[in-house]
Amino acid sequence: MQELLGIPSPLLFGQLLIGLINGAFYALLSLGLAVIFGVLNVINFAHGALYMMGAFVAWLLLTYLGIGYWPALVVAPLIVGAVGILIERTMLSRLYDLDHLYGLLFTFGLALIIEGTFINFYGVSGQPYAPPQVLTGGYNLGFMFLPAYRGWVIVASLLVCFGTWLLIERTRLGSYLRAAVERPDLVRAFGINVPLMMTLTYGFGVALAGFAGVLAAPLYTVSPIMGQNLIIVVFAIVVIGGLGSILGSIVTGLGIGLIEGLTRTFYPEASSTVVFVIMAIVLIIRPHGLFGRPRE
Amino acid sequence: MSGPTTQSADAPTRRLAGLLIAGAGLAVLVVAPFTGLYTVFLMKLMCFALFACAFNLMLGYVGLLSFGHAAFFGMAAYATGHVVKEWGFDPFLGILAGAAVAGAMGLVFGAIAIRQKGIYFAMITLALAQMVYFFCLQVKFTHGEDGIQGIPRGMLFGLVDLRDSLNMYFFVAAIFVVGYAIIYRTVHSPFGQALKGIRENEPRMISLGYPVARIKVMAFTISAALAGLAGATKSIVFQAATLTDVHWHMSGEVVLMTLIGGMGTMFGPVVGAGVIVALQNYLATIGSWVTVVMGVIFVVCVLTFRRGIVGEILARLPHRR
Repeated sequence: MQELLGIPSPLLFGQLLIGLINGAFYALLSLGLAVIFGVLNVINFAHGALYMMGAFVAWLLLTYLGIGYWPALVVAPLIVGAVGILIERTMLSRLYDLDHLYGLLFTFGLALIIEGTFINFYGVSGQPYAPPQVLTGGYNLGFMFLPAYRGWVIVASLLVCFGTWLLIERTRLGSYLRAAVERPDLVRAFGINVPLMMTLTYGFGVALAGFAGVLAAPLYTVSPIMGQNLIIVVFAIVVIGGLGSILGSIVTGLGIGLIEGLTRTFYPEASSTVVFVIMAIVLIIRPHGLFGRPRE
Repeated sequence: MSGPTTQSADAPTRRLAGLLIAGAGLAVLVVAPFTGLYTVFLMKLMCFALFACAFNLMLGYVGLLSFGHAAFFGMAAYATGHVVKEWGFDPFLGILAGAAVAGAMGLVFGAIAIRQKGIYFAMITLALAQMVYFFCLQVKFTHGEDGIQGIPRGMLFGLVDLRDSLNMYFFVAAIFVVGYAIIYRTVHSPFGQALKGIRENEPRMISLGYPVARIKVMAFTISAALAGLAGATKSIVFQAATLTDVHWHMSGEVVLMTLIGGMGTMFGPVVGAGVIVALQNYLATIGSWVTVVMGVIFVVCVLTFRRGIVGEILARLPHRR
């Protein structure tokens, strides 16, 4: 058996693959957080709960309506996005003029409500969700075995991350969005409907979380608490990357996933805490994050 | 509200009123266990009230939201449980040890977290607390999912038997009064004025030459130590320290207590703790819906009731302002 750094290479690459997949989820979620924070100045604590909701909507669609994975991959994010738009219009939009902390507290309460409700109906044990037929099986890459679904998760999330980056950095709509981040008052004076843009941004951000949830459904069991600890890791990633740049949050998400994978190979005890240690170190060296810039 | 008014002509009357309120509060504490209320309920209430007051020192008076205070509360509970059960410490010394551990953690976490402000500060404290949670899940002495069970209440100073619930009650009441007094003194001291100055206008405080970063870390350390004092006491009262105490749900609970009672008021967190602890007792039968109820209260408070109960009362009193 081949060895690399004293570790059997299939094991090492296997852990790196898991790390890359986790990283893909981190990237999708921190991207959504960054987009929402950029425009709304709200840290969306409910992001983990809405990620869980995406997975659950996919499961519910399959169980009660017989709607499979591929349609769910589109429908579930739309439903989650619609829920997000409803939340933003009815409640969250009242908090923009207040201290940003209230947005965090509000979405924290929201996360408790969403997760609590699902726990009451479905318990915490979790429901299995089979991957689509096409993506069962896998490929032998010579140095490791790649299950098809895992490969798909990485490709799909990278595509969506990159698409979002293109949308924001390279399109007209994106330029409005970036302008609204800098000077919402001026953008408004130019006749652009900023409140509508904020609503759609929140809807889009949480739809990304919903999309990540559907991707995650066949990998992990669909459980009401699946987003609970994830969101805190994503917060740490957001602190490490800084909320300033879209690309930064994608890169940081993937990077942290890989580092976690490496840690799991060499020193498994620290794999759940390594991200927080990195956060502390980054804060000491670069308080505004790797890609961040000082605000205010 | 504070500042110049405290030095105004009616200072003696205010002082008298303050003494009267303090006296009445002490009388309530002494009489409460004889009113038929469960002493365990009252002790739980005092522990959480102290926890919320300690938390409010940061949120209400420095304007920094710590979303990780459960780490101090829970770690102190573990530390106290360990030294009392395994090393045979006196309960009083055990509680001091717990508070000291929490204070030391507060010093380190504070030094890291104050590098960012506002919303980042909340996320950083939350992440650091999650690290503590994972630590507690893995190390031996916390006994993982079981927690430390059967912590003996023992004999206070070798004299007072704390297994007697009335003795235990007065011990907890004394700790609560001392903790509350420390917070009161901190807030109503030049140091406290500096804290409020940082809350209102940090750049000006820096330009006035205040060592703002050091003041913040000090406040965070005091707040953490007192949160630890509350957690340590709770572990003696309930004779257990578990993962629940370090989980971020606990951090959320203490935020809610402070929010509902009134952040930035001396007595608000006590009222808020009372409301939440009573609610949890009352709603214990509906099981996990409690989480949903908490969430709804959170949302409603943030949307419509940001001043909290005590804050709302103070705002309506005519002689203020």
